[in-house]
Amino acid sequence: MTWAIITVLVTATLRAATPLLLAALGGIFSERSGVVNIALEGIMLVGAFAAVWVSFVTNSALLGMLGGMAAGIAYASLHAVASIKYKANQTVSGVALNLAAAGLTEFMLNKVWGQAGGTPSVAKMPDLFGLNLFVYLAFILAFAAHYALWKTSWGLRLRAVGEHPLAADTVGVNVAKMRYWGVLLSGAFAGLAGASLSIGLLSRFVHGMTAGKGFIALAAVIFGKWNPLGAIAATLLFGVSESLGTIFQTLGITAIPYQFFSMTPYVLTMLALAGFVGRSTPPAASGLPYEKAH
Amino acid sequence: MKGGTTVPPFTHNMLKLNGITKRFGSLVANDSIDLEVRQGEIHALLGENGAGKSTLMNILYGLYTPDEGTIEWKGKPVRIDGPGHAIALGIGMVHQHFMLIPVFSVAENIVLGMEPGGAVLDMKQANERVREISNQFGLEVDPEDKIESISVGQQQRVEILKALYRGAELLILDEPTAVLTPQEVVELGKIMKSLVAQGRTIIIITHKLKEVLHLADRVSVIRRGRKITTVEAQGRTEAELANLMVGREVELKVDKQEATPGASVLEVSHLSAKNDRGLLALKDVSFQVRAGEIVGIAGVDGNGQSELIACMTGLRKPAGGTVRVNGKDLTARSPKEVREAGVGHIPEDRQRRGLVLDFSISENAALGDHRKFTRYGFLNYGKMADLAERIVKAFDVRPPEPEYMARALSGGNQQKVIVGREIMRDPDLMLAVQPTRGLDVGAIEFIHRRLVEERDNGKAVLLVSLELDEVMNLADRILVMYKGQIVAEVAGQEATEENLGLMMAGGGARG
Amino acid sequence: MAKESGLSRVVHEAVEAVSIPVLATIVGMIVGTVFILIAGKSPIQAYTAFAQAVAGSPRAFGETLVSTIPLIFTGLAVSLAFRSGLFNIGVEGQYLVAQIAAVVVGYAVKMPEGLSPGLAGLFHVTLALLAGTAAGAFWASIAGLLKAFRGVHEVINSIMLNYVALFLGSWLLNAYLKGSSGQGSSQPVQATAALTQGLIEGSRLHTGLWIALVAAFVVWIILWKTPSGYEIRAVGLSPGAAEYAGISVGRNIVLAMALSGALSGLAGAVQTLGVNRRFFETTAFVGYGFDGIAVALVGRNHPLGVILAALLFGALERGGPQMQAAAGVPKAVIYIVQGTVIFFVAAEGIWRFLRNRKVKTEVKTA
Repeated sequence: MTWAIITVLVTATLRAATPLLLAALGGIFSERSGVVNIALEGIMLVGAFAAVWVSFVTNSALLGMLGGMAAGIAYASLHAVASIKYKANQTVSGVALNLAAAGLTEFMLNKVWGQAGGTPSVAKMPDLFGLNLFVYLAFILAFAAHYALWKTSWGLRLRAVGEHPLAADTVGVNVAKMRYWGVLLSGAFAGLAGASLSIGLLSRFVHGMTAGKGFIALAAVIFGKWNPLGAIAATLLFGVSESLGTIFQTLGITAIPYQFFSMTPYVLTMLALAGFVGRSTPPAASGLPYEKAH
Repeated sequence: MKGGTTVPPFTHNMLKLNGITKRFGSLVANDSIDLEVRQGEIHALLGENGAGKSTLMNILYGLYTPDEGTIEWKGKPVRIDGPGHAIALGIGMVHQHFMLIPVFSVAENIVLGMEPGGAVLDMKQANERVREISNQFGLEVDPEDKIESISVGQQQRVEILKALYRGAELLILDEPTAVLTPQEVVELGKIMKSLVAQGRTIIIITHKLKEVLHLADRVSVIRRGRKITTVEAQGRTEAELANLMVGREVELKVDKQEATPGASVLEVSHLSAKNDRGLLALKDVSFQVRAGEIVGIAGVDGNGQSELIACMTGLRKPAGGTVRVNGKDLTARSPKEVREAGVGHIPEDRQRRGLVLDFSISENAALGDHRKFTRYGFLNYGKMADLAERIVKAFDVRPPEPEYMARALSGGNQQKVIVGREIMRDPDLMLAVQPTRGLDVGAIEFIHRRLVEERDNGKAVLLVSLELDEVMNLADRILVMYKGQIVAEVAGQEATEENLGLMMAGGGARG
Repeated sequence: MAKESGLSRVVHEAVEAVSIPVLATIVGMIVGTVFILIAGKSPIQAYTAFAQAVAGSPRAFGETLVSTIPLIFTGLAVSLAFRSGLFNIGVEGQYLVAQIAAVVVGYAVKMPEGLSPGLAGLFHVTLALLAGTAAGAFWASIAGLLKAFRGVHEVINSIMLNYVALFLGSWLLNAYLKGSSGQGSSQPVQATAALTQGLIEGSRLHTGLWIALVAAFVVWIILWKTPSGYEIRAVGLSPGAAEYAGISVGRNIVLAMALSGALSGLAGAVQTLGVNRRFFETTAFVGYGFDGIAVALVGRNHPLGVILAALLFGALERGGPQMQAAAGVPKAVIYIVQGTVIFFVAAEGIWRFLRNRKVKTEVKTA
């Protein structure tokens, strides 16, 4: 009995953590390069939709996954161009993209399937040992991201432009190029995160299906101190909280209202930022456009 | 030109600039500058702040593109597209504000952009390379230290190492001594000699005459964007260089009468304070300033001056001790209370502290006293404009338009607005911190005269400056700060650069 | 620099200020048209339906104004924070907690018997509005205090607080406020706590409109005519100079955030008392807060601009569903248009870039 509950909890936690982890990795790449990306939510939504669409057309979940990534990259490129080339306010650009993503996916849902609400079922990624392939992929990618950021020259440069772009520029590092890397990778990862919802967890697109997961991922970026391994810990913690909430709700336990579990990631992140749960300091130049001299 | 170029027997040009012109809007920062730098020399670029030295060097380093003119590098014309290209050519630059990433290690900073080991970062090899070069040129640093944990002098060495690691043959040092102690300056001199001995060429940008005479082989003088001349450093005098730099006879002394100090206005006793990193930066400092005298604080940057001023103006809480003005205890009071107690403050950083750049001159005139510019509780813009009108007239602010945005004014005029505002408030104590930094000679003379006038009107003036000349010219008494303490007091007339310099390096006893 | 005459400078500045929002709106319309075409509908038909819905009749215009009212408040909230250098992305959450507070007071507080209906209404409405305003101010102050005393960026905390408010609302509703009408909404407020509707015959236009216009005027007075406003603006433009001048940066951050939250709170309370009359359970945000960011940007953070921009976005919100009903164009197009407008106002560098390029080519050809 206890064993069964633990198994359920662990599986539910891993499932809940997967999309969060993938999106958080995206957020890490973007913020480490110095671009704040609150459009993760919108990019996820676009990725989730594109994955279903491609899977629907090709009947291949793998192509669907790649389609989700590609759509994420394409959508993030808008944020990249606005933030890097045109020095837009990155938060505002993110708000615009989140808003437009909701509209765009709803519009396309209507256009392609002529219906509101959701799509029919499409091919989804297979499970392995009771867990979807996306789960394994997310954790493998987290370690890969860690390696890329801390053990490669590319990672050193990416982090450098996020800390002190002028210093990086003066030693010949192309600031704009590294920031495009950061933002476009965040698009790829957030797109993948969206795909993990629509053709991993489910096998269809549902209107507004990200439901704030992009923002929880953002919280995980911070709670994990802008570090992929930290993000694993953060998303697992948030995943536990979410699955406990679901389990309580399903079992009808009202001692702790499920809403309190839902709040936990946000409250924890605020506490972490305020220095009550270990201090969290962002990359120094995060959010600041880099104005190149001429 | 038939038969090759006319190269002098023992030297050839490493670098030749022909007619370099650079404009920023209507400002001509560099006006058709020609410059030749010989292989193996230390070439000083001398000029006042804003003369265009840094612009020229940023062009050479590929950070700016010139509007006109050509660059020849080792005899071949080149177009330098960016720092990466400059580095590839063998040009390295040490910026005045260090370009280091605080959270990265020394070696990470040095190899960034040119990492050993290809795609996979090989930090072991990086650390070894850094050790090798630092041994070769006598630049001691630990490659594994974090930048945020090492001293300013060491950070400068890291900057030089960065250039050498990239194979720089020509090193540009932008105001390299501004942040160094006199001893560190001597160290730097040795390093420069060692670099030149090993075949490197150095351009040093400076406005300090003494450095030029000490360090350089040749000097090019830049004035208002134009190159005036290039001369051998040997056999020149400071006065000669000063006249070239400014373009007219420079009054090296400010005309002033003997001070007639009255009652004590400022009394600082046993003041201590921590810096931003939580280290004790001001240790048990006591002194007083009387009405009708200017007390100067001399010292190398970062020896506790900023913390001292911050404590006196309420911008930082002291760790111990007291500050009294006219007998009133102002220890750990808010900036507002300090201002209201009759303290004027010309801040060190005029653009970040002294003005709201996107406010008009009028709104800035009221800054700090804005609660007094009201009628029935609402802001009275007319009253602000009246004050601004008086300030621009009395302090010769150009353009004399109260509704002008502060951002649109030149640095000198911005400073005049600040000085005017603070003097108009008629404080009993004036704290003037670096009041003339970055200004041209005209504005410097103007502000100096106003400060002496304040003194003659019976005000107490505390002057903090990194420019020894300024302190020696203005102060009736000089306090020397070193490592957070006042290590000496000298009467204004008795001060010489030599004895002050020695004490600033910690070589003096409290006298 | 030649001195421009006062009038021509004012005109020049006004044109500068208006040009980017107008250009962005035009781009938004173009993008909208493209999507209408993709949807296979006639833009002319769609725009006719849109215009009909927005201003085709007094009633329709009244309904457009109903959509405009909350946006004036949220736009003001965002712009006041912007003026102090803060980005209040937490308007959604502040709006939510204010709705709860207004409903609690509107439902639970009883006016004493024997009070004339007019007075009872005045007291009750005022009380409920104050409760909402205070709740919004309190919620925003959390982010303000954390910024002022712990140095945490307000954007992140605001986002986090939005979600906390969302779940808090859901919990409070289900645990304490559930109405008799069934799932998903609270008890209604009493008649005395409702704002009067019917300012325009047949529409739901309520007296909240006057409150919104007064709020805009008050924000203008505060920012430009009072010493406190001077301090808020000084902190926004240069925290270093403000601190030097004896202006407490921390205090003003908290103050500006609280004022901004108060305006968001007013938005929630007025919407509740004027239109909804109860609190509805939501799993997502209504969007007035995010739209407020757009309104503030398009309105150039000036109260007058905010009113005009709120009218634009209010019209989009009102016209969208009607366009769907009458011309078959998915209302999602409206979100795309809104996103586009915000995006192109945010990326104003694009316009500078285009203008500079134009100048350059002109110089070349000359």
